[in-house]
Amino acid sequence: MAITTRTGEGADTRITIEGPMTVYEAIEHKRELLEALAAGAGLEIDLANVDEMDTAGLQLLVLAQREGRNAGKPVRLVRASEAVAEVLNRYRLAPCFIDPAAPRA
Amino acid sequence: MTQDAAPHTFVAESRELLRDMEDALLTLEQAPGDADAINAVFRAMHTIKGSAGVFGFDVIVEFTHVMEGVIEEVRAGRAGVDGMLVALLLACGDHVSLLIDCLESPDRLAKLEAARSSGTDLLLQLQCYRESACEGDAAPGLESGLPAAEASAAGAGSVASGAWHLSIRFGRAVLQHGMDPLSFIRYLSTLGEVDSVTASFDAMPEASTMDPQACYVGLEIQFSGTVSRQDLEGAFEYVRDDSTIRILPPHAPIAEYMDLIRSLPEDQAKLHQTFVECGALTPGELEQGLKMSDTQLSQACGTDNGTVSAGPHDSKGAAGIPAAQEPGKARNGADSSRYVRVHAGKLDELINLVGELVIASAGVNLCARDGGSDLREATASMSRLVEEVRDGALTLRMVPIGDTFNRFKRVVHDLGRELGKDVELVITGADTELDKSMVEKLSDPLMHLVRNALDHGIESTSARLLRGKPARGKLQLNAYHETGSIVIEVHDDGGGLDRERILARAVERGLAQPGQALSDREIFQLIMEPGFSTADELTSISGRGFGMDVVRRNIEALRGTVTIDSAAGEGTGIALRVPLTLAIIDGFLVGVGSATCVVPLEMVVECLEFSAEDRQGAREGGYINLRGELLPLLRLRDVFDTQGEPGKRENIVVVQYAGRRAGFVVDALLGEFQTVIKPLGKLFERLAGISGSTILGTGEVALILDVQALVERAERSESARTAVTGEHRTWSGSGSAPEKPSSNIERRATC
Repeated sequence: MAITTRTGEGADTRITIEGPMTVYEAIEHKRELLEALAAGAGLEIDLANVDEMDTAGLQLLVLAQREGRNAGKPVRLVRASEAVAEVLNRYRLAPCFIDPAAPRA
Repeated sequence: MTQDAAPHTFVAESRELLRDMEDALLTLEQAPGDADAINAVFRAMHTIKGSAGVFGFDVIVEFTHVMEGVIEEVRAGRAGVDGMLVALLLACGDHVSLLIDCLESPDRLAKLEAARSSGTDLLLQLQCYRESACEGDAAPGLESGLPAAEASAAGAGSVASGAWHLSIRFGRAVLQHGMDPLSFIRYLSTLGEVDSVTASFDAMPEASTMDPQACYVGLEIQFSGTVSRQDLEGAFEYVRDDSTIRILPPHAPIAEYMDLIRSLPEDQAKLHQTFVECGALTPGELEQGLKMSDTQLSQACGTDNGTVSAGPHDSKGAAGIPAAQEPGKARNGADSSRYVRVHAGKLDELINLVGELVIASAGVNLCARDGGSDLREATASMSRLVEEVRDGALTLRMVPIGDTFNRFKRVVHDLGRELGKDVELVITGADTELDKSMVEKLSDPLMHLVRNALDHGIESTSARLLRGKPARGKLQLNAYHETGSIVIEVHDDGGGLDRERILARAVERGLAQPGQALSDREIFQLIMEPGFSTADELTSISGRGFGMDVVRRNIEALRGTVTIDSAAGEGTGIALRVPLTLAIIDGFLVGVGSATCVVPLEMVVECLEFSAEDRQGAREGGYINLRGELLPLLRLRDVFDTQGEPGKRENIVVVQYAGRRAGFVVDALLGEFQTVIKPLGKLFERLAGISGSTILGTGEVALILDVQALVERAERSESARTAVTGEHRTWSGSGSAPEKPSSNIERRATC
């Protein structure tokens, strides 16, 4: 499930995802993430209420970040649940998402 | 991902592996040096462990890991196999089976945790074995002996890193197959330390073509732990086919790393940076590697063994996982690729459909009879094809009884130990097939018979020796087909049944009259009466006298029979005869009055006209003389109480069941017919003489005759007649008086 909120004209879009972020939701989540990215000047991703994440979910974060970079829009992971944090830590990708200035991915 | 999806395949395959392991352990007990058996045990544990790790079932991983370690000691020759170890491993196998069972409930993780404690005792015993095997080992603490070999080979040209390097590029379909790279990383951390992980998503295309369900992950992992290459390879077993995996051992040659880097799809410069940052290569080593010429690289990588000296497990060197499986690794034997796992419900559906197809084609055939010869030809060939499809579909449900028989190896083994008897189990006819649905229903009765044979049949070793018998008792399980039935025999070479004692007990209980002339077989049948037991003492295993009665009822519920034979001092044989209940049989249609009945074709021996003279003779008796043989007759018109007078012509269908014959008198012979068996409703289940119904091409219902019941009835009425009238038959031409047909206890009551 994803909820998009707009924080203001010309400002960043914030997308909040709740519940599972796995291969089963991936098709829908991909669409939502890309739409949200297109809608604003930047994208904030709020995953505080994501209770389950797998590699498919992570790939979407990677995709969002890359598309953002290509479009010159910042993409930031503003909040992450424990489940999300665990996945990021396993992949050692936490630095990429938490600090947008970090290289790689 | 894995929480909700129940790992059915894993459960089923683990169970098979556990059975293989049990077989191998039993073999090892007799032949402690059998390398194949040792490998089979190792393989089973290793595979279960690996798969369990992928799913994150840590409880199973931890337990099987310790088991694997012990078996590894045996494999490496550091520990020997003895009866105690086999017993311990059997018990451990049982525990793993328990854990696997936990996986089938929705709260599996909780159940696993709860089951963890019941294994601690076994784990302790396993640890003791490990320790005693490792005592005196020159390099204590080395589980596989490999790190030592690896370390000693470190030298010029090898990297300093003492960690394993795993390079994986997952296949696109990995996620869709239910796997997740995360599971591997998690699993690795249970085996040791994951020093570093570098993930690459270079394979991910741009947004419009990116498939959110595909896997684009590449991993470079540095891993430290006392593991063998096989441990690591095993972790990736399920994704091996789709993904590219390469494993470099600790202190691998720099050339190996360079070769690996070159083989990877990402940008080379970026890879150089990655490999240094993750700790695989020092900057100096990288420089060295980059300076290597092509020839140097190919030389270094060409040799199969890489840096490793003859470590026991690393026979494939550092060249990565080969595409072909190890010969010993093939699960389920050489035929594994030729089997497909099918859900039983699908089979049942298919057979139902085939049944409907048969009925429908019968209807078509009927219509075709009035059509032209072209149409008749077409329907004839269609009928043939439908028959073949029918046969093919039905054989899908047949399974060899060997699987059931094999389960008894363990039973005989354990029971023999418990009773202190040495018994050998001989299995023959394991290939005999029977319908899958019958297998479950037969295993309980068989179990009881086997336990009986071991407990009461086979004597103690000393008693056997006194009698001049070999100390080792023999229990034989045999199976074969016989006119539409499957016969399963349980035979022991024990003391046999005491005829006199059984008769005496039967008389006591009023089951037989004193002085009544009963054949041996009839006397032995008595032991199946409820509550009948000649055992002077109850054992925990048997003796209460209720078992045989239940066996008989179970077999009769399958429309089968139980026959008991015995010779005092030599042994006892019990034969279970059960019809192969197929859903569709070849039938023979007969007309009885206005009704149509079906006789299973397999039991039809011949048909003949019921001539006028025979009819005359039969009026007094209930038999005819068929080429010198007494054939009891049964008028189906009488059986079904058909109204009206029989027609001028009557016919006899000679049928046979279990070696006994009878003749059914019918009005018309209507030919062969593919009979789809439709069960009778509960109301009609107990009808004697009818075993089912079917639908004819005309839509009419026809009854399928229960040949066995009717044959018995024919014999009964024949002997009843002789008993009542006291007649003795004389034959012209044949010398002997007719043999009295076999009776049974029921008959007394009805006379």
